[in-house]
Amino acid sequence: MSMILGLYNYWIVIVLMMIGFYIIIAHGHLIKKIVGLNIFQTSVFIFYISLGKVEGGTAPIWQESITLYSNPLPHVLILTAIVVGIATTALGLALTIRLKEAYGTIDEDEIQAMDNQAMDNQDKESKPC
Amino acid sequence: MLAHLPILQVIVPLMAAPACLILRRPQLVWLFTLLASALAFIISILLLQQVMQTGTISYELGGWSPPWGIEYRIDKLNAFIALIISGVSTVVLLAAQTSIEKEIPQDKHTLFYILYLLSLTGMLGIVTTGDAFNVFVFLEISSLSAYSLIALGRDRRALWASFQYLIMGTIGATFILIGIGLMYQMTGTLNMADLATRLPEVAETRTVTTAYVFFIVGVCLKLALFPLHLWLPNAYAHAPSIVTAFFAATSTKVAAYLLIRFTFSIFGVSFSFTTLPMETLFLGLGLLGIFVASTVAIYQDNIKHVFAYSSVAQIGYMIVGFSMSTNAGLSAMLLHVFNHALMKGALFLALGAVLYRVGSTQLRDFQGLGRQMPLTMAAIVVAGLSLIGVPLTVGFVSKWYLVVAAIEKGWWPVAGLVLLASLLAVVYVWRIVETAYFKAPVVGKELVQEAPMTFLIPVWILVSANVYFGIDTRISVDIATAAAQSLFGVVP
Repeated sequence: MSMILGLYNYWIVIVLMMIGFYIIIAHGHLIKKIVGLNIFQTSVFIFYISLGKVEGGTAPIWQESITLYSNPLPHVLILTAIVVGIATTALGLALTIRLKEAYGTIDEDEIQAMDNQAMDNQDKESKPC
Repeated sequence: MLAHLPILQVIVPLMAAPACLILRRPQLVWLFTLLASALAFIISILLLQQVMQTGTISYELGGWSPPWGIEYRIDKLNAFIALIISGVSTVVLLAAQTSIEKEIPQDKHTLFYILYLLSLTGMLGIVTTGDAFNVFVFLEISSLSAYSLIALGRDRRALWASFQYLIMGTIGATFILIGIGLMYQMTGTLNMADLATRLPEVAETRTVTTAYVFFIVGVCLKLALFPLHLWLPNAYAHAPSIVTAFFAATSTKVAAYLLIRFTFSIFGVSFSFTTLPMETLFLGLGLLGIFVASTVAIYQDNIKHVFAYSSVAQIGYMIVGFSMSTNAGLSAMLLHVFNHALMKGALFLALGAVLYRVGSTQLRDFQGLGRQMPLTMAAIVVAGLSLIGVPLTVGFVSKWYLVVAAIEKGWWPVAGLVLLASLLAVVYVWRIVETAYFKAPVVGKELVQEAPMTFLIPVWILVSANVYFGIDTRISVDIATAAAQSLFGVVP
C-alpha cells in the first residue's frame, strides 16, 4: 500500500508521462501531437517539483523561527525547463501553421502521403534517363 | 583575458547573435557572423593548447565556486570537440553568403545568421559546461535553432522534416532531463565532477540505472544511433545546404561527446559496462547501423539522402569504437568524430555547390558534371574516397585505428565486418562517380559552369584537411589518444 500512497507523486508523473507519450505516437493530428508533447514535458516538471519537497519543510523564504525548508533548486531548474517548453510549443505551432499553408492539411498521414507521391513522381521522371 | 577563455568560447557567438539585428545589411551580417565564428575558433585553439600543456581548466561562472555555482570545465576531450565544431562552422560559413542567395529568401538572411550563431552557441555550450543541467539548457538552445534552420529549406518537405525532428528531438531532450533529475535525486548535485565522485556510492540502486538508461536513450536520439535515426535523413536532405554541411559535421558529434562524457567520466566504465550490458548492446546496434544504413544509402536517388544515410552508418563506426570500452577503441572513436566532421563537411558543402549551379542534387542531374564542374566533383571524389577509407585520407586513419582496436580486444569478426562494410561505401560513392564522369549531360543542362570561388575555397580547405590529416596523423592522433587516456585516467 505504501508503494502506491507513499510514492503517489511518482505514480502521477508516470501516468501523465505515458498519456503524453501515447498521444504523440497514436495521433496523426499535429496539434494533438504538440499537446501530447506538452503533457509529456509537464510530467517531468511535476517530477522535478515534487523532488524538492522536504517533509515538514516550508516554502524556502528565510524567517527567524523556521529551520526546515523545501529544496528550492529543482523549482528554479524547472522554471528554465518551462521556458524551454514554451519555446518548443511556440515553434511547433508556428511550424504547424506553415505546414497547413504548404500542404493544406495538418494530418500526419496525409502529409506523408503527399511527400511519398512527390517522391514517386521524381522516380518516374528519372526512369527514361 | 586568457583566464576567461572558457566562458568567452560560449559568450562570443551568443552575444553576436542578437547584434546581427542591428547590422541589418545581409553582407555585413555575414562578415560579422564569420568574424564571431572565427573568434570562437581561435579561442578553441588557444584553449586546446592551454589544456594540452597545463591540464584541465576549471572556470567558475560568476565567481561562485562549484558545486554550488556553475563550473565550466575544459579538458582534452571537450577542447578537442569544441575545436572541431568551431573550425567546421567557420569554414562552412565562408560559403554561406553565396549558398543562401539561391536557397533562402533575401529578407530571411539576417535571421538565418542569427539562428546559425545560436545553434553554434548551443553546441559549444554543451561541450564546455561542467554542469549537467546546463547541458540540457544548451542542448535546447542548439536544438530549437536547429529546427528553425531546417525549416528554412526551400522545399515544403523541409517543414515536415523539421516538425518530425522537433517531436523526436524534444522527446530525446526530455529523456535527458529525466535522467538528470534522477541523478540529482540520488546525489543532490548537478556538477559533473561532483556527480562522478558521488554516483559510485549509490550505483547499486535501481534509480541510478534508470537515470543512466533515460539519459543514454535521450542522447542516442540526438546522436541518431540506429534505430533512433529516423529524423536524420529528411532533416539533412531538405535543410539549406549550409545548414546540412554544418550539422552533418557537428551536431551528432556533440551527442557523441555527451555519450562519452556521461558514460566514461561520470558513471564510470565499471558501472556502464559491467553492471549493464552496454558492450553487447552498443556493438550490436553499431554494426546493424553500419550495414542497414549503408545498404539503404545505395538505393537513394537524392545524393543528399545518400550521404545522410551514410552519416548514420558512420555513427555506427563511432559506436563500435565506443562499445569496446578500451583506450584504443575510444581513441578510434574520437579520431572518427574528427575525421567524419572533415569528410561530411566537405561532401555536403560540395553538394551545396552542385545545388547552386544545377538546382538539384538528384543523381540523374549529376550526369556530365565531371567535366562541367571538375573542381567540385574532384572534391566529392576525394572526400568520397576518404569516406570509403582509402589510404592517404583521414577515413583510412580512423578505420585503421578501429580495426587495430578490435583486434587488440580479440574481436576478429568485428574487424572483418568493419572492413566489409567499407565495400558498401564503395558502391554508393561509385554510383555518383559513374554518373558524373561517364554520362553525357542531361538535355538543357549543357551550360552548367564550375561553382564560384566562394564555394571552391571552403570545400577545398576541408578536402585538403582530409588529405593532410590522412598523411600527417600526428596532431589528430595525439590529441585523440591523449583525450582517451585522460578519460581512463580518471576512471580506472
